[in-house]
Amino acid sequence: MLDNQRELLERMSADIRIQFLKMFGKLGFGHVGGCASIADVLAVLYGGMMRVDPANPAAQDRDWLVLSKGHAAPALYAALALRGFFPMEWLATLNMPGTKLPSHADARTVPGIDFCTGSLGQGISAAVGICLANRLKGQSSWVYCILGDGELNEGQVFEACGTAAHYGLDHFICFVDWNKKQLDGTLAQVQNPVDIAGKFKAFGFDTQMARGYDVEDIHACILRAKDAPDAPHCIVLDTYKGLGIDFAEEQEHNHHLVCSAEQCAAAIEEIERRLKEGCYPGGMRYGKA
Amino acid sequence: MVKLKQTPAAGAQEMRGACCEALMEEAGKNDSIVVINCDLCGPMGLKLFEKQFPTRSINVGIAEANACSMAGGMSAAGMVPFFVTFAVFASRRVYDQVFMSCAYPGLNVKIIGGDSGVTSEYNGGTHMAFEDVGMLRIMPNITIMEPSDTVMMKALIREMTRTYGVQYLRTPRKKTPQIYEEGTAFEIGKGVVLREGSDVTLMAYGITVCEALKAADVLKEEGILARVVDMFTIKPLDKACVLESARRTGAIVTAENHQVTGGLGSAVAELLSETLPTPIERVGVQDEFGEVGTQAYLMERFSLTAASIVERAKLAVARKNS
Ligand SMILES: Cc1ncc(C[n+]2csc(CCOP(=O)(O)OP(=O)(O)O)c2C)c(N)n1
Ligand SMILES: [Mg+2]
Repeated sequence: MLDNQRELLERMSADIRIQFLKMFGKLGFGHVGGCASIADVLAVLYGGMMRVDPANPAAQDRDWLVLSKGHAAPALYAALALRGFFPMEWLATLNMPGTKLPSHADARTVPGIDFCTGSLGQGISAAVGICLANRLKGQSSWVYCILGDGELNEGQVFEACGTAAHYGLDHFICFVDWNKKQLDGTLAQVQNPVDIAGKFKAFGFDTQMARGYDVEDIHACILRAKDAPDAPHCIVLDTYKGLGIDFAEEQEHNHHLVCSAEQCAAAIEEIERRLKEGCYPGGMRYGKA
Repeated sequence: MVKLKQTPAAGAQEMRGACCEALMEEAGKNDSIVVINCDLCGPMGLKLFEKQFPTRSINVGIAEANACSMAGGMSAAGMVPFFVTFAVFASRRVYDQVFMSCAYPGLNVKIIGGDSGVTSEYNGGTHMAFEDVGMLRIMPNITIMEPSDTVMMKALIREMTRTYGVQYLRTPRKKTPQIYEEGTAFEIGKGVVLREGSDVTLMAYGITVCEALKAADVLKEEGILARVVDMFTIKPLDKACVLESARRTGAIVTAENHQVTGGLGSAVAELLSETLPTPIERVGVQDEFGEVGTQAYLMERFSLTAASIVERAKLAVARKNS
């Protein structure tokens, strides 16, 4: 990867974090933890990896993304606005009466959202359906999906895995945001998934682990997946809930957080500092700050 | 005996707090009571229960279908399981599991669905249960309830632990106005007459009960005397109470935080059209999906307020007199 590409993608991921922090700061609350941990993968996808056209969001030959963990929609809304799918001003209307941007990903009202999600476990099946349909239509588009790690509790996820592997959907790239936490606590406390990569491998997926906070590594893993033939692909993103946003990382229960505009403004300043000093996204756990 | 607050005032306790308190009290007396959570133990207010009864608080994670059939299994083996999640997941997500693993085999499973209708607020349309009562009402062998305040919540949880069968209780999670005095007793399947009146009956459950009481005040100023009924059990319907109301007042308005199709409005219309045709107006959601916003905004948006009840009550009275 070229040096300036890394720079551009980090700028994009910082802007995603900044934009959802602004939205949450205005509202006073939000799913900060699960938005933060997918900012980097979204930056890679919408910062050039995906073939999409903001002027024609429903183009037949586009690449698709189903955000199966639909509660992280504000991060995706930010990515789409930054990419020009709709005016940036829309972002400030998150969750306001009559908004086009509700808390869970809404394909009915948001240009660029490819599927409605919010009830966990269903998005991956929809993504598999999209991928099969593309194959039947002779489309060679890539279909991406982002699952939560807690979401893997839903049996439907593995029904979809079975189908994807059975049909050898090699244009399907499924990310698992392995941020180690779900709602009531850590995965280990609630339902320990033991070996996420092993499970996908056992289903017949071509499976990789990526440093989910490192745009370069995510980028490289996607390219490698695209080169690996004959099987659906899984990329487990090693992340941390609240990644890159100290006030979120620090809290034990950081699924849904109450946050003030000042707190969010301070977090935004810190993001800019890390970017400038080359230690983005930083964060306590990765010792990069 | 029913004891009413003079004026409904904001309660001190949240509905989920009342639910947890009653469950802990009953679980202390009955070793068979277990709670099955689906990664919503915190939001459903059951962390204290988990702390006090760690082995009898099971968290299966985000796996509602699994939880629901597990509850059936636990009931078959003699336990009294409470399967707890948001109302949308307790109905839409597990419909066949409720049918096959609970109702059809005639088991003793208790289902608690949090965030009834508009009370899911900022979780938005995907999480807004407007269909749960209708879906579950057409299933045989099931009781459906929604408490209107914390006093009733505690009483119903107690009743659920003492009566056998599949019972679904939908509820807001947060604060609601207090309607009843502490110590009021309720019988599942029996409507509570909150106010007598001769011109029209307002029947409501859950958060619309308070709206119906406010509507009755407004109507009274205009010379219309409304009977107000808290029909907290939607199934089995208190037929005697509906028929008596129809006979006494000759006009009925139902009000619910749910689709008008399938809910209390449907149940009342079905009964009366077959036995005692009576003008009915149904306040509720008119075949729409939910959306994001505060409860106050959403109640206006879907016309679930006292003002809509007043308007529809006048219509019902006019239809009766024409
Ligand atoms: C079917 C279903 N059950 C429950 C919920 C409520 N819920 C929303 S997010 C969440 C936790 C998700 O954890 P995870 O998948 O790990 O997401 P992340 O950590 O990325 O936020 C839960 C239980 C839901 N949205 N859908
Ligand atoms: Mg997680």
